Amino acid sequence: MILVGELAGLPPGESVRVQGEVAIAVFNVDGELYAIDDTCSHQDASLSDGWLEGCAVECPLHAACFDLRTGQPSGPPAKKPVRTHAVSIEDGLIYVHESTRVTVGGAVVEEVG
Amino acid sequence: MEHITVVGASLAGLATVRALRAQEFEGRITVIGDERHEPYDRPPLSKEYLAGTVTEEDIGLTDSDDADLGVEWVIGQTAASLDTAGKAVVLADGPRVGTDAVVLATGARARQLPGGFPQGVHTLRTLDDARALRSELVPGARLVVIGAGFIGAEIASTAAGLGCEVDIVEAADVPLQRPLGAEMGAVCGRLHARNGARLHAGTGLAELVGETRVKAVRLTDGRELPADVVVVGIGAQPNTEWLAGSGLEIDDGVRTDEQGRTTIPEVLAVGDCAHSYRDYTAGWLRLEHWTNALQQPAAAVAALLGREHSAPAHHSVPYFWSDQYGHKIQFAGHRRADCTVQIEEGDPDSGDFLALYLNSEERPVGVLAIDRARPFGQWRRKLAKRP
Ligand code: FES
Repeated sequence: MILVGELAGLPPGESVRVQGEVAIAVFNVDGELYAIDDTCSHQDASLSDGWLEGCAVECPLHAACFDLRTGQPSGPPAKKPVRTHAVSIEDGLIYVHESTRVTVGGAVVEEVG
Repeated sequence: MEHITVVGASLAGLATVRALRAQEFEGRITVIGDERHEPYDRPPLSKEYLAGTVTEEDIGLTDSDDADLGVEWVIGQTAASLDTAGKAVVLADGPRVGTDAVVLATGARARQLPGGFPQGVHTLRTLDDARALRSELVPGARLVVIGAGFIGAEIASTAAGLGCEVDIVEAADVPLQRPLGAEMGAVCGRLHARNGARLHAGTGLAELVGETRVKAVRLTDGRELPADVVVVGIGAQPNTEWLAGSGLEIDDGVRTDEQGRTTIPEVLAVGDCAHSYRDYTAGWLRLEHWTNALQQPAAAVAALLGREHSAPAHHSVPYFWSDQYGHKIQFAGHRRADCTVQIEEGDPDSGDFLALYLNSEERPVGVLAIDRARPFGQWRRKLAKRP
């Protein structure tokens, strides 16, 4: 479990990057919180620096869009999903629960909460 | 409207098809493409694909979802004319594709040197071009690149990485003057020397030497550069000749409004072949930027289908990137001749930096960064919010 910070510090439309085993991007979409791997599955760009549009983030480098709920890319040039992570709020603090999901060729072969 | 034909099967054409289905067009869609390949991504052709670090499969643009789009692909066929009165696209070998609407996404092609030339002389625009060039860029090969624009610079960078001996010839005194201005063009030009490639600026190509196979490049200043391989990177021109006589306004591309509408109803143009009005510059611009080809179609499709469409604000700010010698160059906005450059952070002489382009009222209208992705993104946001 990774402490992200105070909920009040991440207003709607904002994002923040935290360090787990890998960097993780946390987004506030109109009060709903989402967490995905921060590094784009295409090349080396930080998705927490991307453009939030509804429930998707557009990569700041080559504009691939990822669904924050599933991690799936909705357009080129990315082809592989990014991992998603559970987010919880306790006493006004945001926590990310890093998943140890392993994917092979885009298919989830193992998921550990 | 029952049948929409998209001419062009590259990024803009594919983005058009996806947008048509995403915006709930349920009729027939035909896509005509003159290359015999399924849609693929062009930026890697001068970078990772040329370097051999990604495969053809990796750069394919279609995925399994695209099979559900219900598109009739007419691949490997060239559109020869557009019959706007008869509402048909006429293919080169004769057949007419009757249609209710047409989206033109024919892109651009590499500008060629006039006349014939010996073997070993290449341009780079298509996958076939890249295959041919890749097979010749062996370690130790002497490569001369004609033109130090972004494509030429990327090819030089990739070839240097492959162990080729690289010379770059640029007719202007400074490369990249039009997009970046002389000052920043010179900064980018210095990347070559720093990475072992030789830039010869202010001298042009006089002659390609060699009978059957190229041996050297003779320059206008009299020097001769030995060459095993030559790449001509002197820009691209829009594929619009086939539209002569269609009644469309052609002027360095198909003239369109901000949404991609031409002067003829039910005919739209998107991507590299479109010379579109841009709110950002309050004028017409033909952009060869990847993001434009990706994002312009959704607006055009909305205009065609009469749907509401609000693109994210930053899509109106032109944006491109280039990868050279391991450095990431990013530019957003638009540089005009009267812009002044202000270094915001970093040091252009030694490495990574960010520079702003200020207009005559001292307002930022463009941003350039080398290896400063995060502050670049912040400035891009500010440009998008510009009143
Ligand atoms: S790095 Fe994200 S789309 Fe290329």
